[in-house]
Amino acid sequence: MSQAVLAGFVTAAAVPTFAAGFLSAPVGVAHYLVVGAVLFTAGVVCMVVKRNALGVLMGIELVLNGANVNFVAFSSPDLRGGGPPALGLDGQAIALFVILLAAAEAAVALAITLNFYNNHATVDVDRADELKG
Amino acid sequence: MMGDAAIAVMAAGAVGQGGMPFGSPLLAAVNWQAAFFMLFAALACACAVAVVLADNVVRMAFYLVLSLGATAGLFFLAGADFIGAMQLMIYVGGTLVLLVFGVMLTAQAPFVAIKPSSGDKVLAGMVGAALLAVLLQAAFRVEAWRRPAAAAAEPVAAAPSATPLGMALLGIRVDEPPAGAVGTRGGYLLPFEIVSVHLLVVLVGAAYLARAKRRRTPRAIDAAASMVSPQERVGVAGGVPAAGGRR
Repeated sequence: MSQAVLAGFVTAAAVPTFAAGFLSAPVGVAHYLVVGAVLFTAGVVCMVVKRNALGVLMGIELVLNGANVNFVAFSSPDLRGGGPPALGLDGQAIALFVILLAAAEAAVALAITLNFYNNHATVDVDRADELKG
Repeated sequence: MMGDAAIAVMAAGAVGQGGMPFGSPLLAAVNWQAAFFMLFAALACACAVAVVLADNVVRMAFYLVLSLGATAGLFFLAGADFIGAMQLMIYVGGTLVLLVFGVMLTAQAPFVAIKPSSGDKVLAGMVGAALLAVLLQAAFRVEAWRRPAAAAAEPVAAAPSATPLGMALLGIRVDEPPAGAVGTRGGYLLPFEIVSVHLLVVLVGAAYLARAKRRRTPRAIDAAASMVSPQERVGVAGGVPAAGGRR
């Protein structure tokens, strides 16, 4: 794992050279990909770190939202500078389905959390270890 | 909602550099789409990081609302007006209200701020940094994803996407096929039906899971609450006030 972290920091040092002319350029797909990457990473870290079950749920919402940003960016003809978009309307349809499934997932996960809270008097996911072998 | 609509209108006007609402040459020189993109992107990213860093659940929910709302603004700027509206209505209006209800129902004093251990924080920060570096490198890797400066001069006419999306969900494609598409493209009628039945099943299941049950044994939360006074606990469990209990 330490190798992966090291490689991550090496690439992080290489990123500013890529981003040199990035801020002055008009908005393109890469800008949206950066936002999606930040949202995704924040969601993953939120899922891993939070001990409150609702915090884990919020992390899942952030991850799905980051994926949605990428789908919408690839479906936009405007961001490609007039060229044909990579996904067309399919990306927007998939983003719509992702939003709907996220709503459904949030409803079920919240019901499970409330049930867990009623039975165990806590929302700490570290205490949910009854099935541990 | 009103502000977002006005911003979308302004951004649509800013794409075509001609129709500036202000006469000042200083304001006309600003690339409004890039400016609004930077505003919304900074808000979305900062609030997403704030969700991670905050320990209080209520503040996390508030930052999540801001982050998702700013993302809806990004969708408007990308020309996906229907997706942006759905993001505001379903995510911010529906899912977040659900989450806030969950926060309110479980916000007992010891659970509002459960702090993770600092070792977990450091490890997750390292893994998150590595993941972010890989994703950013992938985002900058492809040349075509960076907008060519020559094509930026000629704006693309913004087309409303609600009607083509609705027709695609009914199985009829009225939008232009992307370059290199071969064969006929299917619509989304079957996924649409599957998702609608899925939503129905999920909502019935959620109502079943979260219903208020009649219990023979007291709930753990009630038992924990009455742990301080055992006499009251007897009264709760027996259903009748115990003799000699404080009444």
